[in-house]
Amino acid sequence: MKKFWAWGALIFGLLYFILPLIGMTNFSLKMRRGVYSLDAYAVVLGDPRFQQTFTYSILMALATIVFGVLLVVPTAYWVRLKLPGLRPYIEFVTLLPLVIPAIVIVFGYIRLYNTSSWLPLTGSITGTNILLMFGYATLALPYMYRSVDTGLRSIDIATLTEAAQSLGAGWTTILAKIILPNVLVAVLSGAFLTFAIVIGEFTMAALLNRPAFGPYMQLLGANRAYEPAALAVMSFALTWGCLGLIQLVSRFQKGAQSAT
Amino acid sequence: MSSDSSAAPPPARAPFRLPLHWLGAVPFAIFVLLFLIMPTMRIVVGAFQTPEGSFTLENIRGLFTTSILSAYWISIKISIASALLGCLIGFSVASAAVLGGLPKWIRGPLLTFSGVASNFAGVPLAFAFLATLGPVGLITVFLKSQLGIDLRALGFNILSFWGLTITYLFFQIPLMILIITPALDGLKREWREAAQILGATNAQYWRLVAFPILLPSFLGTLALLFANAFGAVATAIALTGSSLSIVPILLFAQIRGDVLGNPHLGYALAFGMIVVTGIANTIYIWLRARSERWLK
Repeated sequence: MKKFWAWGALIFGLLYFILPLIGMTNFSLKMRRGVYSLDAYAVVLGDPRFQQTFTYSILMALATIVFGVLLVVPTAYWVRLKLPGLRPYIEFVTLLPLVIPAIVIVFGYIRLYNTSSWLPLTGSITGTNILLMFGYATLALPYMYRSVDTGLRSIDIATLTEAAQSLGAGWTTILAKIILPNVLVAVLSGAFLTFAIVIGEFTMAALLNRPAFGPYMQLLGANRAYEPAALAVMSFALTWGCLGLIQLVSRFQKGAQSAT
Repeated sequence: MSSDSSAAPPPARAPFRLPLHWLGAVPFAIFVLLFLIMPTMRIVVGAFQTPEGSFTLENIRGLFTTSILSAYWISIKISIASALLGCLIGFSVASAAVLGGLPKWIRGPLLTFSGVASNFAGVPLAFAFLATLGPVGLITVFLKSQLGIDLRALGFNILSFWGLTITYLFFQIPLMILIITPALDGLKREWREAAQILGATNAQYWRLVAFPILLPSFLGTLALLFANAFGAVATAIALTGSSLSIVPILLFAQIRGDVLGNPHLGYALAFGMIVVTGIANTIYIWLRARSERWLK
């Protein structure tokens, strides 16, 4: 009886998740009347605006990841090594982006960094791009920081630092050649999650008027029927790919640890 | 920015060691201040200011008009409904996998899939549900042509309260599964055995032992899911355009083009969102601290 209910709950859950996936896949293949075809995908992939916005979002994701790693790894390392008293506060701050909705944060950006402010970032395209990247870094902060901090916990940073220092290494060398390689898996997990968040992000990009992939998808959804479903399938594959890569690298690390 | 943190610490060979450790945290502090704290404060302060900059409560009072109150009310209703159903369904699925005697191999794929699904939000999620439950969606068409059930005639519309709730559940349920599974794992077998030895029935064990232990995690996750749904913008906009007046959509339109006709009312609207998600998250953090006492 218990098993019956358990299977029932599981199957209900599975149906809930699989039906929309089947629905969107099925719909994306129906552009040509009467037969299944990949027309919707061909139209989307051939759209120059798709190529532009997708490239833009990939570049933004990469920039966000580089910036996030440069910001988070040294900070998390330094706080663990020298300022352990600050940890609870930093942890609290890194969770704030989960509490404050993204739309509120970007609203603040628009008011704080407009053309008549002391730091007129929204006044130029480069400035707005940088602002958007900072916004993405803020959204990804909870995931990035937590991932790196967990990674640092599993290695003995004090001993590693002293050993490197006694061999004459400077701080940059320690961070780049000792700490980073040791937390690489954690950094990569954070990076893939950041990528998954940034690539389809809508609110910030739309309100800062940048030609990103999220606003493009929304625009297409308002005007077309089959192409949005094709985009949804591709996005799902992309999210699945990012999360799959996280599993892969963490499994790789476990394998490496048990081998040594 | 980050190179500062490696340059900031005092040189190791310096004869005097000034207490400059804290300099290493400065780049991070500046970033957080400039791009998280100050923008938020700007909104909070703006909510209590007149356009000329003097203090006022007029903006907050402006929230208590019928249209804005009803937007908050719909938002809160959708968030509560999707959080409650998400918690219940997520809990059933997670407990089926952990305690229901299902094969062990189900766990791994279930958690992986939950990780993916909880991140599959935003615009594409709306497309997926339009293709499934929309006017010509898979399920709608199937029910109509095969079983003769016309969802539309029954009053169901994807661009409605229930449509949005069902769509939000797609990321709410997996989030619940991800958070509650470790809590269910934390229910030690000894507790059940101890209860049974003392003569407790299965129902008594659940009512008097497991349920009180799980309650804080359950309620905490409920608060988290609530905040999660309340702040969701992209899915709502892609799904409904602007036909459903919920707070995030209203704020989006206000930032785009001042639809309320008063910029500072926009601040107040955003401030209201911070208050609502802030309360929900405070409950979450407080309850999580309580539940962690048991599940160590």
